[in-house]
Amino acid sequence: MSNPIPTATAGSWSPRIVAFFCNWCTYTAADLAGVSRMKYASNTRTIRLMCSGRVDPQFVLDALARGADGVLIGGCHPGDCHYVEGNYKMLRRFQLLRRMLSDMGIAEQRVRLEWISAAEGDKVKTVINQMTEQIKALGPLDMPQKFIDWDKEVIALARELRAQEPLAAEPAGDAPTQPAPTEVTHA
Amino acid sequence: MPKPKVAFYWCASCGGCEETVVDLAEDILGVVEKVDIVLWPVAMDFKYKDVEALPEKSIVATLLNGAIRSSEQEEMAVMLRRKSQFLIAYGSCACTGGIPGLANQFEREEILRFNYEDAPTVVNPSKTRPQLVFEEAGRKPHLPELRNVVRTLDQVVEVDYYIPGCPPTPNLTKAAFEALLSGRLPPKGSVLAPDTALCDECDRKASKPADVAFTEFKRTHQKLLDPTKCLLAQGVVCMGPATRSGCGAQCPGGNMPCTGCFGPTSRVRDQGAKILSSLCANIAPKDEEGINRVLEGIPDPVGTFYRYGLAASMLRRKVDLNGK
Repeated sequence: MSNPIPTATAGSWSPRIVAFFCNWCTYTAADLAGVSRMKYASNTRTIRLMCSGRVDPQFVLDALARGADGVLIGGCHPGDCHYVEGNYKMLRRFQLLRRMLSDMGIAEQRVRLEWISAAEGDKVKTVINQMTEQIKALGPLDMPQKFIDWDKEVIALARELRAQEPLAAEPAGDAPTQPAPTEVTHA
Repeated sequence: MPKPKVAFYWCASCGGCEETVVDLAEDILGVVEKVDIVLWPVAMDFKYKDVEALPEKSIVATLLNGAIRSSEQEEMAVMLRRKSQFLIAYGSCACTGGIPGLANQFEREEILRFNYEDAPTVVNPSKTRPQLVFEEAGRKPHLPELRNVVRTLDQVVEVDYYIPGCPPTPNLTKAAFEALLSGRLPPKGSVLAPDTALCDECDRKASKPADVAFTEFKRTHQKLLDPTKCLLAQGVVCMGPATRSGCGAQCPGGNMPCTGCFGPTSRVRDQGAKILSSLCANIAPKDEEGINRVLEGIPDPVGTFYRYGLAASMLRRKVDLNGK
């Protein structure tokens, strides 16, 4: 990739995975993994939700658009949902979301759904380690940098036009001639 | 007192939005009476030079339709922005990318190769393509460059108001003109259409079951549709729940599902993700195999859910895996 490094950590890129864990099973399992002093990759940023059924596909896209390299969703095993149906809703959404993301050029391994019960601390460890390795192999996604690169073609023209302008018509400082550099334009 | 100046301009669009201005019918006479049109390439002969010569901000409002996908369109958007007090994104393409925005699923090279070489109707053995600059008879004409990304108007310049629709309906256009001419304007950045979902104004709303429970998805040519029953209840993808109202639910009224041209309401940021969320949650089966069997009825989720909104979606375009 031409722009491999997302932030100041130049040379030491490591995947950033946003993890949406349900309050009743997977988040508790992640707690258990911690209390049991299990060691696993530190690449996830966990967000606790009440249910995997609360994971709006917009959250997944937003995470990717803001620089996540992968998204992990954890919920209760089928039949175990605290709210009866939530994990099924997530499963159905996930089936199509994964296909749609793949059509958009995003590798399937970047988005993952796992059922992890409150007792399965070791599964949290295995899944996170495995996913981190897979994404390391894929390399950075780095959408924010892609947005910047894509918009370079427009910004170059805006500069050129500004240079051509007569001095009298010099635009004020806030003259809107170019898109905001990154996610602001579509946030 | 001189009449307020108004401009109409088109970029990457089909011309349907221009049509809808004419669709104001007799009401257009009222508009023409009150304003002075300074640019309208589809209907009247003005030169870009004349517009360029106008003082800054001297046009009260420019209604610009079409997505932005070439250097010339960018240039015009920037110029009209400078000359206008209000720049209005008119129609789906200017608001959210529209049908041209679907080109964001392809690389520019793929598009050029298909259109100038591979398309079955093209005869071009020398593989000639338009050049940005070329010399002929001692002159050097410049041609606009096709951009790699199709953009919404607000991804290129600041936009004051949005009038959505493919095309916008005459009632919205008329209301916008009335608001502009009377100076009773909503806050900057507003979409000049109601902020409720389409289902709200759909005649079939009453027949929408509380639990839709999809067992299959059919496309419109695969099924005879009941003209009164909710289209979702008939197993057809209708974008109504994730689409803004304001069109009077014309498509469901004509026994066709909503395809989402008005874009999302203000509470939704990504129309495609939101309708995906809504439809999928209501699938009946609970096992992967059963779910995927139902989802076979949606072969092209990007083209279905982002038909008018890919350029404005969170990911904006297909990610190029080759790192270009």
